Amino acid sequence: MAEKTGLYSVKFKNLVNIKAVSSVVGTKEGEGPLKDCFDILVNDNLYGEKTWEKAEARFVKKSITEVIKKASLKDREIDYILAGDLQNQAAASCYGIKTFERPFFGLYGACSTFGESLSLGAALIDGCWGQNIVCEASSHFCAAEKQFRFPLEFGNQRPQTSTWTVTGAGAAVLSKAESPVVITGITTEKIVDLGITDANNMGAAMAPAAADIILNHFKDFGSQPEDYDKIFTGDLGSVGRELLIKLLKEKGYDISQNHLDCGMLIYDGKKQDTHAGGSGCACSAAVFSMIFKKLLESKYKKILFIPTGALMSPTSVMQGENIMGICHLLRIERRA
Amino acid sequence: MGKREILKSDKEYDRLVKEASPNSPLFKNCLRAFVSGGFIRCIGQLLMNIFSSYGIVAESRNMLVSVILIGLASFLTGLGWYSKIGKFCGAGSIVPITGFSNSVTAPAIEFKKEGFILGLGAKIFTVAGPVILYGALTSIVVGIIYYFVR
Amino acid sequence: MDYLKAFIVGGLICVTGQILIDKTQLTSARILVLFVVVGCIFGGRLGWYDRLIDFAGAGASVPLPGFGNTLAKGVKAEVDSRGFAGALTGGLKSASGGITAAIVFAFLSALIFNPKEK
Repeated sequence: MAEKTGLYSVKFKNLVNIKAVSSVVGTKEGEGPLKDCFDILVNDNLYGEKTWEKAEARFVKKSITEVIKKASLKDREIDYILAGDLQNQAAASCYGIKTFERPFFGLYGACSTFGESLSLGAALIDGCWGQNIVCEASSHFCAAEKQFRFPLEFGNQRPQTSTWTVTGAGAAVLSKAESPVVITGITTEKIVDLGITDANNMGAAMAPAAADIILNHFKDFGSQPEDYDKIFTGDLGSVGRELLIKLLKEKGYDISQNHLDCGMLIYDGKKQDTHAGGSGCACSAAVFSMIFKKLLESKYKKILFIPTGALMSPTSVMQGENIMGICHLLRIERRA
Repeated sequence: MGKREILKSDKEYDRLVKEASPNSPLFKNCLRAFVSGGFIRCIGQLLMNIFSSYGIVAESRNMLVSVILIGLASFLTGLGWYSKIGKFCGAGSIVPITGFSNSVTAPAIEFKKEGFILGLGAKIFTVAGPVILYGALTSIVVGIIYYFVR
Repeated sequence: MDYLKAFIVGGLICVTGQILIDKTQLTSARILVLFVVVGCIFGGRLGWYDRLIDFAGAGASVPLPGFGNTLAKGVKAEVDSRGFAGALTGGLKSASGGITAAIVFAFLSALIFNPKEK
């Protein structure tokens, strides 16, 4: 059973196994430095569909089909699907999982959705709600721009602090059946608001939440930065990373050596002109394929995986509200 | 707790954010805006000179030039080129009348999928609507003042 | 010489816009509104903007302040010919060509083209 530890964390005594991980990404991601880590590269961001929104649903469907195949399961053996995305009413997830005909929980945690999905999935496995649970998250650059910013054809300049929403989807199967990579604990962050209103500087909105969750985790688990081979944040980008390192330094922790940010890994900022880095639910979800692979190969023994999210509602931002940060931390280990 | 654990105040964090956020390359952007903006005006001037050589009067000449530039910008927007031009030129391609045309065409194309009435029809003025509204309002104020002081 | 003047004046107006975008975080939509309103006020006030157009030709008439100026000029002409009611009709009447062209071309473009990724 799980054991609550500290104010923000849970330890899993029965370890939660990650049986398989999949990722499906679009054109720009397929040209980036991590292209060999993804399962499927789609060279058409419409994915043969008529709209961006439908295309994203297809990314969702493909990533789940792929992960079920990799886990050598049948659709019927999946007990729950936990999924979310950035579209209104989580439309991409709902349309994408329709044909699997499995019980579904729709999630929203902005770009941290994959972390939320894995956290809740781990809790369900631990609570014996089922044998196999699919956790998934997706985003689509064009659908996100259309919903949150200006139409794509509008000729404006993106500021240097802005990030590029990843087109794609990532999924994982959590299972009771023993496998080499396991989730041993989670830390769940509260909403953190430090007064950011600039919708083009998501890294700054998320960095305080990321710093706070790492502090809470160290406190709850009695651990240190050195205990982990790597600490992966979701999509802070270069601006957010700098702030995170500074904020933690003030509290006496130096993570600059073992911290990596998925948003800074997925694109080549200079060549691909993505400015501060990648973002979106699919950013951490797709890069998780790479992390999982390295864990399987025992290149990492113990890591922290921290998808980060900026809770930005276009309506609230127009009404002058702040953009708040959220995070979900997963402690993931390779069995000895 | 929480918030205070991380930092003392929003203001202090704001200062940190400003430090960490790279500025847009202002000089380069301004140079590009100047050259591209100037270039678009020269096309306008060229058209104007052509029309005047055909003896078209000033009023309709200005109008014709605007209409041609608007049509051209709309077409380039459709081809997906105007967003690329805009990325390079910045204000150079936003401030001319071509930018106005781009701001009307972009949502029209983008929201076509949501239907011709509530999609394209309703969203066509998302960016240009405020321009027309506040332009019209100002012109009424100007008109009223002019009525009393002319 | 016409071209040089058009180039310099037009370029300078754009540089003003660029500085506003980069330094104040105003979105481009706000800049468009600001420029039209400013053009309209300057156009209404003693015809300052017309003098700039006389000097710089398309350099001043093509950017959005020129659009604002068209509104101001239109409203003054209507007030002259129709009296007080002209304040209501003059602005949009003079701008109707530009606005109609923009929406008609936009509609046609939307018929032909599909959204493209950046």
